[in-house]
Amino acid sequence: MTSDIATTAGVVSEETTPAGPGSSARSGGYGRYLGRRALTSLVTLWGITLVSFGLSVLVPINPETTNLSQQALANPEAVQAFRAKFGLDAPVWEQYLNYVKGLLHGDLGISQQTGNPVSHDLTTYAPATLELVLVATAMSLFLGILLGVLAAYLRNRWPDHLARAISLIGVSLPTYWLALACSGLFFRQLGWLPGSGRLDPTMEAPPHVTGFYTVDALLAGDWSAFGSAVSHLILPATVLAVSTLGMILRFTRSSVLDGLGSDAVKAARAKGLGRSRVLVRYAVRLASSQIITVAALSFGFLLAATVYVEQIFSWGGLGQYTYRASTNLDLTAITGVSLVIAVIFLIVNFLADVIASALDPRILLR
Amino acid sequence: MTGTDVADVKRPSRRTRTRRVPTWMRRPGVVLGFVILLAWAVIMLVPALIPYDPLETVGPALTPPDGQYLMGTDALGRDNLSRVLAGASTSVLNGLAIVVLAATVGTLIGLVAGFFGGWVDEVCMRLADLVFAFPGIILAMAVAAALGPSIRNAVIAAAISWWPGYARAVRSIVLSLRESEFVLSNRLSGVGPIRSIAVDLLPAVTGSVLVLAMLDIGGAILFLAGLSFLGLGAVPPDPEWGSMISGAIQYFDQWWLAVGPGVAIVSVVLAFNLIGDALRDRLEPRLQEIQGEAR
Repeated sequence: MTSDIATTAGVVSEETTPAGPGSSARSGGYGRYLGRRALTSLVTLWGITLVSFGLSVLVPINPETTNLSQQALANPEAVQAFRAKFGLDAPVWEQYLNYVKGLLHGDLGISQQTGNPVSHDLTTYAPATLELVLVATAMSLFLGILLGVLAAYLRNRWPDHLARAISLIGVSLPTYWLALACSGLFFRQLGWLPGSGRLDPTMEAPPHVTGFYTVDALLAGDWSAFGSAVSHLILPATVLAVSTLGMILRFTRSSVLDGLGSDAVKAARAKGLGRSRVLVRYAVRLASSQIITVAALSFGFLLAATVYVEQIFSWGGLGQYTYRASTNLDLTAITGVSLVIAVIFLIVNFLADVIASALDPRILLR
Repeated sequence: MTGTDVADVKRPSRRTRTRRVPTWMRRPGVVLGFVILLAWAVIMLVPALIPYDPLETVGPALTPPDGQYLMGTDALGRDNLSRVLAGASTSVLNGLAIVVLAATVGTLIGLVAGFFGGWVDEVCMRLADLVFAFPGIILAMAVAAALGPSIRNAVIAAAISWWPGYARAVRSIVLSLRESEFVLSNRLSGVGPIRSIAVDLLPAVTGSVLVLAMLDIGGAILFLAGLSFLGLGAVPPDPEWGSMISGAIQYFDQWWLAVGPGVAIVSVVLAFNLIGDALRDRLEPRLQEIQGEAR
């Protein structure tokens, strides 16, 4: 996994290669970079709609069999009516246009499992998952960057070995199994932490503002609900954080090492600046744009990893919804979720590139 | 794992002491990895080691581990240990299949993209970007669900989301070799594009692809188990680690149901990753070249 993660991060720079060396940096380089980056994002967005169209309409050989009952299938008129209703007898391009038209109106189809429109389900479940993923990303970044910088600074000494062992174990553990183990130990055996749901069952959810229970509880000034929401977050967020910790750690370590080997750092050291000062002011700063990129990546991966974790903690978010859709083969819901997650990931990556290029103008030259 | 090489250079006095330690002992992680893999290979090759039929009810349901059923029994009274051991072939062999498939497809696409350049290259690389637009398991999940749940479809779905890494790496190597003399001289003497790819370029990228593949095996096994966990890999009666853990979620008190398959996955994946990690270390500068240029 790590190897293709390393290349995933490369998307950023690869897309920005041409346009002649040095041409962009001086006049409006930033605007041109953003324009080009936005354009490639749009192309990818178009591709994403093609993929989800293909998966929901073209690949399943018989949409009727997945959508109609046995009885209806036996009746050719019903099958015909079904095909006509969903435009399945139209040419492919027309079906695609209809599909995109539907998407623009927020129509992702009806989930067979819940009977609701998928877009309705997604808006219901998304806040819970976003809250969890944001907390997990923050935890993972904090620990990963700290350990990564430390490992680079003390290369080949024990903190480096420890960091390597952590990242090795992190990438070898199935997230869902870790979730089960933590739930079994800290929730069921020891009873230290709550391991089911987002709030104490006796409590009422704080009035809906953002959908994030922690934020909503604070806004309502309800400290006991806030405490309960935080304690419910700890287990699932930690489990999630572990799943990308190794990636962030390894990435930070190698980019800080690159920074430490750079001419700027050598010059700063030669000038007489202390080691730790150089580390923070130069090497980490040189690595910061790459760390932003990996932060966006890990946000996306954690969004996907909730599929493994939420069911076990009955979190009631997108991940649990997707797990159920997947185990029940609710194809409409699965393609809807994958489309939305890909679009969120696309936006996050775009924003990360905007920030990274602002932090590090060298990106514009590449 | 150990920084002995560096220590050697810095402190020559310790040299004689480290010398006496055989090379393989200096990397206990690799040794551990190989031992674990060897054990699993024996289990996969000698079916007699599996105590019961993994598909048959052999005792009362949900028996805790005891002398007769070392890892207890599941909800249908099947022997858990037998199922864990029998699951090895499914998980490991299909994990390998993902890597082989992804590496083959990725190499071919990378060769073609790098060699022909122009719009061919553009199309291939935009396809790769598209795959990377879906984080983690999301694309494979959607593909596997659309194709219908089966272990074969799960392998295909996983390979579809894994080939771009190889394509990028191979393409970057081909780009650096395309204009080199040994390729050009053959081209000038009338060697066609397909032959040139097969004879000059393919051998040049094979080593790098093998290294990347070796690093990926652990991840691929984990990925496939994840798809099975989501109900999109092995179909129920068949023993498979991911789906066994998925089935264990509802039995909180029967901890043994999840421990067995979990330990199995972790041991195999960790073994491959330990070996891969050592490989990465040894090939560090070259590997960075391979992966770095793909950026």
